[in-house]
Amino acid sequence: MNSSLMLIIITTALVNNVVLSQFLGICSFLGVSKQIKTSASLGAAVIFVITIASAVANLLYTFLLKPLDLTYLNTIVFILVIATLVQIVEMFLKKVAPPLYQALGIYLPLITTNCAVLGVALTNVQDEYNFLESVTAGFGTGVGYTIAIVLLAGIRERIDESAIPAPFRGAPVVLLSAALMSIAFMGFSSLSL
Amino acid sequence: MNQYMERIYNGVVKENPSLVLMLGMCPTLAVTTSAINGLGMGVSSMIVLIFSNMIISALRNVIPDEVRLPAYIVITASLVTIVDLLMQAYTPGLYDSLGIYIPLIVVNCIILGRAEAYANKHTPDLAAFDGIGMGLGFTIALTVIGLVRELIGAGTAFGFTILPESVPPIAIFVKAPGAFLVIAFIIAIMNGVHIHTEANKKVEGCDGCCATCSVSHDSGCSDKEATKA
Repeated sequence: MNSSLMLIIITTALVNNVVLSQFLGICSFLGVSKQIKTSASLGAAVIFVITIASAVANLLYTFLLKPLDLTYLNTIVFILVIATLVQIVEMFLKKVAPPLYQALGIYLPLITTNCAVLGVALTNVQDEYNFLESVTAGFGTGVGYTIAIVLLAGIRERIDESAIPAPFRGAPVVLLSAALMSIAFMGFSSLSL
Repeated sequence: MNQYMERIYNGVVKENPSLVLMLGMCPTLAVTTSAINGLGMGVSSMIVLIFSNMIISALRNVIPDEVRLPAYIVITASLVTIVDLLMQAYTPGLYDSLGIYIPLIVVNCIILGRAEAYANKHTPDLAAFDGIGMGLGFTIALTVIGLVRELIGAGTAFGFTILPESVPPIAIFVKAPGAFLVIAFIIAIMNGVHIHTEANKKVEGCDGCCATCSVSHDSGCSDKEATKA
């Protein structure tokens, strides 16, 4: 049991990295990766939200949508729940844990429309994960996102100081860095799990 | 008729959602492993976009301003579910290869972006043509990227073998890194010939968080984004 959960974490975080091989959450990956510090905070917020969202989505699916044979409403229900959930989490943190809110607060609205959150909820249903597996997959995905965005931020901090050919400045060089990272992450797919 | 054609020109050339506005990057990168996948994704997004634009525009005086974003999301999600079920029934092959990216049309920034920037300020007929224009622009961009990746990565175009066997395909182009590579070079070429693109501005200015800009009020760039788009 424990080993299968570990397997899910490694698969979602490294082998099927959410950004570099699934292409979910690209917008914030390219946008909020200028500094290691901010990207690490965003990563923490993403781990937090995806884990909670996977848990809630799984409960909804198992106890509401599936028994009532409403699985075709998955997309609508999940997106609304995620949007509401992020709002609630934001209010909750503001009230209960102000220091945490200070650290993650401004990133929470960013995450509502992050397709990674909806993507994980839908993939969990597709893979027929149970509650524990869903939460683990959500957590692993968040960790994978954080690894990718922090690494990219590290690369970008260096890139800023180097001479780049004019047409490649801005988005192209960031995409090229992401391409090289993606090649590196392909190495994980040869892990014999 | 002129203003309708202007909308289409605007969507395909002037404000091409993928290549100029840099919206909807997730599907742009993910499904363009072949030209046919790009085309399929483009067309399904276009259908959702046309109808969401029309419905949102028709309801623009009914939906209260405070809850407009949840309302837009419900409208989009319903349309996506319809498209999802239709594709499952009539194009099962394409449905399987696009997989999870069909339901993810809901969070495609282009759709909410156009709702915010255009549909809720204009009449349904104009909004429909805006949807056609933007959708066409998205479809063309996705098909071209898919074609390039398929040609280099597999030596085929729309499934037909084009390159002779003496030219070995570079498989990495149909894998994940190829998506980043091809788009990086397309934008670099556009920069090189001085085609105006939001790409650079976006990454520095609005944090590139396309969806956020149009969706979140708190991010501070929603107004800027709306006027820009």
